[in-house]
Amino acid sequence: MLIPCPHCGPRDLAEFSYQGDATRVRPDPASTDMKAWYDYVYNRPNPSGPHREYWQHSGGCRAHLVVVRDTLSHEIISVAFAHAGLNTAEGRQ
Amino acid sequence: MAEYSALSLLKNALSGNKDWKPAWRKPEPKPSYDVIIVGGGGHGLATAYYLAKEHGITNVAVLEKGWLGSGNIGRNTTIVRSNYLLPESIRFYDFSVRLWENLSHELNYNVMFSQRGILNLAHSPAQADEYIRRGNAMCHGGGDGVWLTPEEIARKVPGVDLSASARFPVVGGLLQPRAGTARHDAVAWGYARAADRLGVDIIENCEVTGFLREGDTIIGVTSMRGEIRARKVAIAVAGSTSRVLRLAGIERFPIESHVLQAFVSESIKPYLDCVVTFGGGHLYMSQSDKGGLVFGGDLDGYNSYAQRGNLPLVEEVMGEMVAMFPAVARLRLLRSWGGVMDMSMDGSPIITKGPLPGMYLNCGWCYGGFKATPASGFSFAWTIAKDEPHAINAPFTLSRFERGAVIDEKGVGPTPKLH
Amino acid sequence: MSARRATGGGLIDRSQPIRFTFDGKTYTGYAGDTLASALLANGVTLVGRSFKYHRPRGIFTAGIDEPNALVTVLKDGVREPNIPATGIEIYDGLTAESQNRFPSLEFDLAAVNQLAGPLFSAGFYYKTFMGPVIGPLKGTRFWMFCEHFIRRAAGLGRAGYEKDPVRYEKMNAFCDVLVVGAGPAGLMAATEAAKAGKRVILAEQDPRLGGSANWSGEEIGGKKATEWAEVKAAELTALDNVQILTRTTVWGYYDGNNLAAIERVTDHLPAAPIGVPRHRHWSIRAGTVVLATGALERPLVFPGNDRPGVMLAGAAERYAREFGVLPGEKIAVFTNNDSAYRAAAALKEAGAAIVAIIDVRPEISPAARALAEQAGIAPLTGHAVTDTVGKRLTKVMVQHFDAATGRLSGDPRPIEADCLVVSGGWSPAIHLASQAGGAPVWDGKLQAFLPPEPNQKWVGAGAFTGALTTAEALSTGRDAGLKATGKKASRVKLPEVAAPALDPFPAAVFEIKAKGKAFVDLQHDVTADDVRLAHREGFVSVEHLKRYTTLGMATDQGKTSNVPGLAIMADARGLPIEKVGTTRFRPPFSPISIGSLAAERHWRFKPDRLTPMHDWHVKRRARMMEAGLWHRPMIYGEPGETVEQAYAREAAAVRRSVGICDVSTLGKIAVKGPDAAGFLDHVYTNVFSTLPVGKARYGLMLREDGIAFDDGTTWRLGEHEFLMTTTTANAGKVMQHLEYYLDVVWPQLKVHVTSVTDQWAGAAVAGPNARKVLQACVTGTAVDNETLPHMGIVHGEIAGAPVMICRLSFSGELAYEVYCGAGHGRHVWEALMAAGEPFGITPYGLEALGALRIEKGHVTGAEIDGRTTARDLYLDWMLSKKKPFIGSALMDREGQIDWSRLRLVGVISLDGRPLGGGAHIVEKADGNGLGTSIGHVTASCYSPALQKYIGLALVRGGKARHGTRAFLSDPLRKRFGQVEIVSHHFFDPEGKRLHG
Repeated sequence: MLIPCPHCGPRDLAEFSYQGDATRVRPDPASTDMKAWYDYVYNRPNPSGPHREYWQHSGGCRAHLVVVRDTLSHEIISVAFAHAGLNTAEGRQ
Repeated sequence: MAEYSALSLLKNALSGNKDWKPAWRKPEPKPSYDVIIVGGGGHGLATAYYLAKEHGITNVAVLEKGWLGSGNIGRNTTIVRSNYLLPESIRFYDFSVRLWENLSHELNYNVMFSQRGILNLAHSPAQADEYIRRGNAMCHGGGDGVWLTPEEIARKVPGVDLSASARFPVVGGLLQPRAGTARHDAVAWGYARAADRLGVDIIENCEVTGFLREGDTIIGVTSMRGEIRARKVAIAVAGSTSRVLRLAGIERFPIESHVLQAFVSESIKPYLDCVVTFGGGHLYMSQSDKGGLVFGGDLDGYNSYAQRGNLPLVEEVMGEMVAMFPAVARLRLLRSWGGVMDMSMDGSPIITKGPLPGMYLNCGWCYGGFKATPASGFSFAWTIAKDEPHAINAPFTLSRFERGAVIDEKGVGPTPKLH
Repeated sequence: MSARRATGGGLIDRSQPIRFTFDGKTYTGYAGDTLASALLANGVTLVGRSFKYHRPRGIFTAGIDEPNALVTVLKDGVREPNIPATGIEIYDGLTAESQNRFPSLEFDLAAVNQLAGPLFSAGFYYKTFMGPVIGPLKGTRFWMFCEHFIRRAAGLGRAGYEKDPVRYEKMNAFCDVLVVGAGPAGLMAATEAAKAGKRVILAEQDPRLGGSANWSGEEIGGKKATEWAEVKAAELTALDNVQILTRTTVWGYYDGNNLAAIERVTDHLPAAPIGVPRHRHWSIRAGTVVLATGALERPLVFPGNDRPGVMLAGAAERYAREFGVLPGEKIAVFTNNDSAYRAAAALKEAGAAIVAIIDVRPEISPAARALAEQAGIAPLTGHAVTDTVGKRLTKVMVQHFDAATGRLSGDPRPIEADCLVVSGGWSPAIHLASQAGGAPVWDGKLQAFLPPEPNQKWVGAGAFTGALTTAEALSTGRDAGLKATGKKASRVKLPEVAAPALDPFPAAVFEIKAKGKAFVDLQHDVTADDVRLAHREGFVSVEHLKRYTTLGMATDQGKTSNVPGLAIMADARGLPIEKVGTTRFRPPFSPISIGSLAAERHWRFKPDRLTPMHDWHVKRRARMMEAGLWHRPMIYGEPGETVEQAYAREAAAVRRSVGICDVSTLGKIAVKGPDAAGFLDHVYTNVFSTLPVGKARYGLMLREDGIAFDDGTTWRLGEHEFLMTTTTANAGKVMQHLEYYLDVVWPQLKVHVTSVTDQWAGAAVAGPNARKVLQACVTGTAVDNETLPHMGIVHGEIAGAPVMICRLSFSGELAYEVYCGAGHGRHVWEALMAAGEPFGITPYGLEALGALRIEKGHVTGAEIDGRTTARDLYLDWMLSKKKPFIGSALMDREGQIDWSRLRLVGVISLDGRPLGGGAHIVEKADGNGLGTSIGHVTASCYSPALQKYIGLALVRGGKARHGTRAFLSDPLRKRFGQVEIVSHHFFDPEGKRLHG
C-alpha cells in the first residue's frame, strides 16, 4: 500500500500507523450523554468499500491524515490532513 | 449414511471406492425453518449440529454465501488452546477443549485433534511474571499449565534460539499440555456431515441479501435463492458481521474487520512437536501433519475485507520466525493467505440473543475463533434454543461495552487492531 | 562424454567441467548445467520419491514447476531441503541428496504404501484413526499414536536445527517500469521503455536472459534466437537507466504496485564472497509493471504418467537445446498439441531416436507434420498412451483414441522407449496478475486461464497473454513497453521471426481414462480417481477439491496440476471448466527463503536502545536486562552475590545514605505553546494549569474508556512550556496519544509536542545524603530546601555541563532527578559518582528500584496493566472534579466500579520465603494449594527496610481485606504459603523521608 502524504509525498505503508475510523465524533468534553460517549468509543461503521480513516505518518512528518480507502481493494481514494487548517496554504503558514 | 471406520474404508477400497456417498446433502431451501443460521463456517455448522443434537431442533437451515467453510475455519493456523488469563475466558475455552477431546468420536469424523501442547516463550522477568500469572489462572480455573525452564525448552523444542546473545533471550515458557492443533477443514466438514445426518439442511451458494421483518422482529431472510422464513435467525458470519448487520439496519457496531495473514513453509520431516509462540513479538508456529510449518503473526492493522495482506507485515513475521528459530532462515515459504477477522473492542467474542427481536448473534472472534468452534456452537445453540445464555457464554454479552464490564485479555482497551 | 550428452550445441561450457555429489556419488557436469541437466547427462533418471506412496520419480520439468526432483542441498554447514534439481546451478563441490526415502532412493521401504493404494484414497484420514471410545487410547490418544507414524511418513526433506550462518539483505527499489520475465516479450518491452528514457528494472528468474529464445531453435531478426537475445541483453546492459536482475524471481504483487522479488545472489557459487548476501529481498515500487512471465506446460493425465523417464515435452526440448542433454535415447512423444513436435525435432537433432509421436488428435497441422518428418517418424494420430512400464521407463502402451468421446479402442500395443515426453498444452503464468486482484478468465480455444483485467497498474505481454508465438511475443512486448511509457510511437523495430507455423490450440483432452493410477498432482500423489472420489463425496467446489485431495498444495503449488485437476472435476460434474472456477493465486509465486524476507532482521531482530551511560554500567559489572527495546541495569553485582543480595544491598544503601540510578529511558515529551497548560488539563486526570513555573507535579492519564493508561511527572519550565515524563514502556504510545488529540480532536489548541526522550540523559540521586552529593558538585544554583523544595526545579551546572534538576522521589527518599543533554550523560554521571564517593554512593538497578517502589506502594506497568482504573489503584485523589478529562465520562460505569474488581493491596509473606510476581491469592487452599483465586501478586521483593518478603497485589475487595490472611497459590512454581494482606504503603506511609 502506498499512501500519498500531502506533506511528504507517496510513502510506504510501513511508515504509517493506523488510527482507525475517522467518522466518529467526540462529544463535548463536558457532555454527560452516555450514549454518545459509548458510540464514540465503541461503535464503528466498518464498511466494506470506501472507509474514512485516520493514518498517522509516524515514520515521517507525524501528521494525522484522513484517508478514504476501499476496504475491499485497498485502493486509496483520497488523502487530506486531519488537522483541517493544514489543508489550505494559509493554514500551513 | 454409513459410519466412517477402518472397516468401511477397507470395504470401499475393495470395491474401488465407487460407493462413497456425499458427506452432506445439497438440498433446495424450504420456504421456512425453525431456525436459520446465516454463515456456513465452523461456528454456524457447529451451532446447527448442537441445536439438533442437544436440543432436538432439526428443522434448521445453514445458509452459506460461497462454499462451505470458505471463511476463517479454512484459513486459520489450526491452534486449539485455552491458555487464557481471565476467568471468563478460561471457563469458556477450557469447556471448548473438553469438547475437542471427544470431537472426532462425536462427529464420526477424524478432526485430527493432536494435543501436542502450546508453549509461550517468555523473554524478560516481567513477561515471565505475566505468563506465570496466566498459567496459575489456568490451573485455578480447572485447566492445565506448566512452567518450563530454558533447559526444559531446549529438550522439548530443539531449534529455539536459547542463547544469551539472542535479541530477546528466553527466560522460560508457559506450556499448556492439553492444547494442540486440529485439521481445520475437517472440523467444518465433520460438523456439516454430522448436522446433515440429523436432518439439518446445509445450503451453499446462498448469500443472504436482506432480512424479513415484522415490525422490529426478524422473521426470515431474503437470499440468492429466495425468501426463507424462520422463527429464529442466527448470525455467525465472523469477518462479515458488520456487513450482515447492516442488512438489518444496524449501521454501527463494536466490531472492525481486519486482515490477518497466515503462512506455511514447504513440507519437511517432523521438526517441531508442539505449538510455539514468540514473546519478543507476535508469532505462533506449529507443524502440520503434512510437514509444513504453519505460522502467523499480528494483524496487518487496518480495516479490510480483502483477504489479502501486505509486504511489511510479511517481513516482520519472517523476522520473528528467524529470531525465534534461526535455522528456519534456510527453509522456504510456500504459501501465504489472508483472512478477515472480526475484531471486537475488547478482544473477546459476543454470543448473545438480539440485538433485534428474532435475531441471535455470534461474532467478534478476533483471531481466536477456531479453537472456540465447539464451545461457541454449543453455547450459541443453547442460547437460541432456550432464549437465555449458557453459563459459559453469559459474560460474553453485547452490553458489556456499555456497562464497562469488558473481558480484555490484553489490556489494550477499545482499539481493535491491538487485540 | 556420456551417450546422454550431445557432442555439440547448448549453452553450456564444455571446457569447464564441474564435479558435484548426489547421494554420495560424484558426477561431472559442465558450467551452465543445472543439477537436473547434469544428472540426466549422467543417465540418472531416478531422483526422488513421492509424498504419499513413495513411488520412484524422475525429472519432470526443466524449471520452477518441478514436482518430483526435489533434493536437499548441503552448504554452509546447514541443510536446505526441497530444492528442485531443475533450478540448482551446479558448482564445484555441490553436495545434494535425495529425500523421502529409507533406506535408499533405489529401495524405499515405504513404497509398500502403494500396495494399500485404494485405502489411502483422498480423505481417508478423516474416516478412520478415531480409535476406541473407552480405555487407555480413548479421546485423542489413539489418533496421536497413529499421527506419530503418519508424520514420519509424510514431509519431504529433512531440515536441520543449526543456525543459518549466512547473511541476507533487503533492497528497496523504485522504477518507472518493472519488466517481469526476460524472454522475447520482456526484452522488447524493456527495450521500448528504456529507449523512452524510463527507469527500468528487468527481472529474470533464470541466470541468462532470453527465456524461450534460449531453447526455441527459432530465428529472430535473421539470427539464432539465442544470439538475438544475447545482443538485446548486451544493449540493455549498456544503458544507464536499466537495471537487470538475473536469478531473480518476482514472487509477490502487493497493493500500490509494490512487488516483491528474491535475487539468488550466491546460490550458484561454491561460497559467498565476503560481504555478499546469499539472497537479496527486493521490495520494488513500480510505476507500471510489464508481466511477461510466459506460459507453463501442462502434462496429460494417464496411467503410469509418473514413471521416471516421463517428462514434459518443452522440458525435454530445453534439455536438448539449452544443455545439450538427452533425457533418453529412445524417446516417445505424447501430445494433444503441436508444440511437442518442435521438441521431437530438437531431440532428434541432438542425437536421440524418436520412436513414436502419439497424438490424441485425428488431424495435425502441416507444420507439425513437417517437424515429425524432421524427427524421422510418422505420427500416430488418434492414439493415446494408456500405460507405462518399468521402474525406469522401458515401454509405453498405446491404443486408438477418439478425442471427441475420450474412448479407447483396439488392443494396447507396447512401444519400447526409455523416455516419454508429454504435452497437454500451455497455461499462461498468470499468478502475479491474479495476486494483484481479479479473477482469471477461461479461454476455450487455448484451454487455459487468461489473466484478468488489470486492477493495478500492469500490462501483459507475450505468452502470459495467451499469445504463444515468438512473433506475437515480440509485438505484444513492444506494445506493452509502449503502453508502460505512455508514448504513442515506438522507437523499436520489430524483428522478423523464422519459426514453424504451429497451431497454438490444443485438443480439449486432459485425461486418458484407462486402468491404473493416473496422477494429476505428482508431488502429492493425487490421482484422477481421487478427484472423482472428491466429486462423489460432494467436494465439488475447486477449493473443496484442493483441500480434500491436497491437489495443488505441494511445493510446486499446482503449476502442472491445476488445470488438469479442474478439467477432471468439470468432466465429473458435467460442467464446462469455466463454471467450475479456479483458485486464487497467492504469494509467493514460487517458494522463497524465509531468511531473505527476514533480511537484516536475521541476527538482529530489533534495534538495541542504549543509554548514554551504558558503557559505564557494563564496566561496572551491571547485569543488563531488556525493558522495551532498552537495555537497563538489573543489578550491579559484586562477586559472589546473588541477585537478591545485590538489590537488597543497593536498596539498603539508598535508604541509609545515597544511591544513583540511570533513568534516561523514561519517556520525555516537550509540550509547548500558549494552550499547553489547558491541553494537559484535558490529558491528565488532575489539574496542571495551576502548577507554578519551576514546579513539577505527578500526573495520571486515562484512556477514553476510563482505564488507567500512564503516569509520570510533568515539569512546568515556563508559562507555555512543559516537560512531560512517561513510563519507559509507554513513551511512544503517550506521544501518539497526545498527537492524536492535537491533530484530530482539538486542532484549535496551540500546542506542539516533541519527543525528547533521546535528547536528555537522566540520573536519579536518592537517599538521605542526596542533597549533600548535589551540593558537592552542582554550581550555578543552590540546592537547599528553600531553593529546591519538594517538586521544585532548578537549572545549574555539573562539571561544566548544564543540568536541570527536579526534586522528586520514586523511592520515597529525599531524591532528585538530574537531567542533562544526552551527550553529557556519562560526564555528569561520573561527576555525580565522584561527588557521592564520600557518602558511599551506590549505583542501583531495576531490581533495587523495584524494591524501593514496592516498599512505597508506587504503581508501575504491572499494576497499570490496561485493566485497572484509578479507583482500583486508590488514585481517586487524582481525579479532578473541577474539569472533564480524557476518560472522565466513562470511568465510573457500573462495570468499572463493581465490588468484585481487583484492587491494590500489599501482601507480606508469613513464612519468610519469597513471593513471586504472577502468584495468585486464594482465600482457602485445598490439598493441592488451589482454590478460588481472588487476585494475584503484581510485584514482589525482599524488603531491606522491613526485612521481610513483601509484594503488591491486586485482589478482589482491596482495602477491605487489610489485616486479613490469605494463601499464596503459585502452582506453576509450586510455591504455596500464607500471606497477610496489608496497605500497599509499607514504608514511611506519611512520606516524611522525602522531605528529608
